[in-house]
Amino acid sequence: MSALVLAGGQVLADGVIDFNVGALGRNFWSLTVSGLTYGSIYALVAVGYTLVYGVLRLINFAHSEIFMLGMFGQYATLMLLGFNPSGDVFQQGVLLTIVFLGVAMVGGMAVSGGAAVVLERVAYRPLRRRGAPALVFLITAIGASFVIQEFVHFVLPKLTGNALGGVNAQQPIRLVQPSTQFELFGANVTNVDLVIVVAALALAFAVDRFVNATKFGRGIRAVAQDPVTATLMGVSRERIIVLTFLVGGMLAGAAALLYTLRVPSGVIYSGGFILGLKAFSAAVLGGIGNLRGALLGGLLLGVMELYGQALFGTEWRDVVAFVLLILVLMFRPTGILGESLGKARA
Amino acid sequence: MRTRTPRVAGLALVLAAGLAVAGCADRSTDGGTAADPSASGSAAEDGGGSAADLAIQPLVQVDAEGAEVAAGGDGTEAADPAGDGSATCDGVAIAMAGALTGPNAALGTNILNGAQLAVTQHNEANPGCQVELKQFDTQGDPQAATQVAPAIVSDASVIGLLGPAFSGETNATGPIFNQANLLSLTASATNPSLTTNGWTNFFRGLGNDNSQGAAVANYLTGELGFGTVCVVQDDSDYGIGLAEVVTETLGDAANPDCAAEVKTGDKDFSATVQIIADAEPDAVYYAGYYAEAAPLLSQLRSGGVEAAFASGDGSNDGQFVSQAGSDAEGAYLSCPCGPAPEPFAADYEAAFGQVPGVYSVEGYDLATIMLAGIDSGVTDRAALVEFVSGYSGVGLAKPYEWDSTGELASTTTWLYEVQ
Repeated sequence: MSALVLAGGQVLADGVIDFNVGALGRNFWSLTVSGLTYGSIYALVAVGYTLVYGVLRLINFAHSEIFMLGMFGQYATLMLLGFNPSGDVFQQGVLLTIVFLGVAMVGGMAVSGGAAVVLERVAYRPLRRRGAPALVFLITAIGASFVIQEFVHFVLPKLTGNALGGVNAQQPIRLVQPSTQFELFGANVTNVDLVIVVAALALAFAVDRFVNATKFGRGIRAVAQDPVTATLMGVSRERIIVLTFLVGGMLAGAAALLYTLRVPSGVIYSGGFILGLKAFSAAVLGGIGNLRGALLGGLLLGVMELYGQALFGTEWRDVVAFVLLILVLMFRPTGILGESLGKARA
Repeated sequence: MRTRTPRVAGLALVLAAGLAVAGCADRSTDGGTAADPSASGSAAEDGGGSAADLAIQPLVQVDAEGAEVAAGGDGTEAADPAGDGSATCDGVAIAMAGALTGPNAALGTNILNGAQLAVTQHNEANPGCQVELKQFDTQGDPQAATQVAPAIVSDASVIGLLGPAFSGETNATGPIFNQANLLSLTASATNPSLTTNGWTNFFRGLGNDNSQGAAVANYLTGELGFGTVCVVQDDSDYGIGLAEVVTETLGDAANPDCAAEVKTGDKDFSATVQIIADAEPDAVYYAGYYAEAAPLLSQLRSGGVEAAFASGDGSNDGQFVSQAGSDAEGAYLSCPCGPAPEPFAADYEAAFGQVPGVYSVEGYDLATIMLAGIDSGVTDRAALVEFVSGYSGVGLAKPYEWDSTGELASTTTWLYEVQ
């Protein structure tokens, strides 16, 4: 089917990659629906990368761990609300479930937002005070990422009497049983898909308004555009930086709840790494530093990687994501929407 | 500024409303729980009830053809570590090497405790022969194991080794033990290639992945009568090897269109689920570990796939049930390891405060064989290797008799069902 054949008919490699066009065609719409749900989660996490990059020119690689802490945050909130993990779905009324999910989301956002601010204060601010070069920030971010992971891996179980953290994934707390609500061109759209996409779009809209239409947002854009002038105009750069980390962290916390709805057994210390990498790619894909670019990049990446997975085979999912990134950057080096946060309409 | 103010106010209003809703929600759930226990409290219990009752139960013992083999017995005919109580020996020890700390410590501890029970029973019955069990922690890591191995070899009192526990560390340390001609009797390393190295000191106390894969594949198509099976594998040596054997043995029943590969650490399998749902198989076989098997099974079920689910010893762990919850019900899990019979299980629980785990029985049986050697007058390493290669007897789990490569002459696989 896809053999590499040398001149003379010698087969060099057979079946390295099978193009399963049939699978893609048959499942196109259901892959699109799944892709959009993952894409909207990527998009929310990508906002954290892009905002921090816009303001500090820093790739905050520890953001994936902020997301991971958000998963634990919402999990702990649910435990405090009286849910004992059992691996089964809790049958609550629709209304009560929404309320519990809302509270869990606030819990996740609080933990993630708080952790992001602490991270900024502990890891990045001292470096900024000393005027450390950009490379040092990058290494610090990677180091912080490991520290947070291992904290959840080894320290958190001791602090919580083995209720949270450790080597195994948390036993799932499932509030929503996925059930098909309606069909879209033959693809089943479940209640979980709906909740994820709607919540993510609402949050994306809110953060877009926040950055583009509020006083705080204008501060963020001003610092991104020209930190010195912004400071001269009376914008407190340090406060804007804290705010940026807070907003990015809170969105990651919200994304963490949505992700856990889709993947209930994903709450584990290593659970943020790959997703963070994907979200970072989404941010670059859309144009890093560009808020709307991050949202677009997230949705696009989520959909494309599922198409690619159906086309080439499930083990190629991550490869597809990064090949797509490289291809786009070859033709549009600054990403799809290109413009940075600072250059956007001020 | 004027145009901004209403927006800021609007945002603040939304925020405040959100906080109020959250606050109210919090209070109302508290109230709900206190006033009406059915609100969240009993719902939680109801939810937990069915899943908590689920456990991995032994179903049947099969040979490589998938045919049922009568269970080994109730343990009455099995070799007893106590012997006849008149053995004499002096200053001999056996070693146990495996993961005793680290993420895989549970498995090493299961084996160690089984062996410890055998040694304790032996020493109590034989005042003239006190054998010491020395433990060496490899963390299950090949690199750590190569640092521990020389310490085992240089301890002159150690005449036999129970372990190493995992395939990777066994592969890494095999030459060291072979050179020292120290008996290496593993209770859990199942990679088939380990017995192809020409190590004369290495014996495997259980069936390898080949026999397990063939047995479960034949059982799925034979006894259970499944016509099409999707084989999903992870990217570990274990999963790849197991999937290969299963696919081969299934033959036409294995549907190549839905053969999928997942990666260790993956938690989301939407495309895999889609492909499997498309193929509408009778069963799904997963070759890999519980960390991926549980979410895969859950997502298959919520994706509308009702096919039977089967997996190997990598998923044969309580974590599989606790992660997948009631979705785990009816899943078939194979293992070359046998269930713990009474009175062994009761003795084990009395000694260690927990029920026997996977490979505890094998640890007990293999330690018993080494103790029988010591009781028969063996005092050095070469003689113990000699003793084991000529050994033939029945243990708690199964008969033990090895061929010239160090594989068991007859292997059986146990099938378990979550119920």
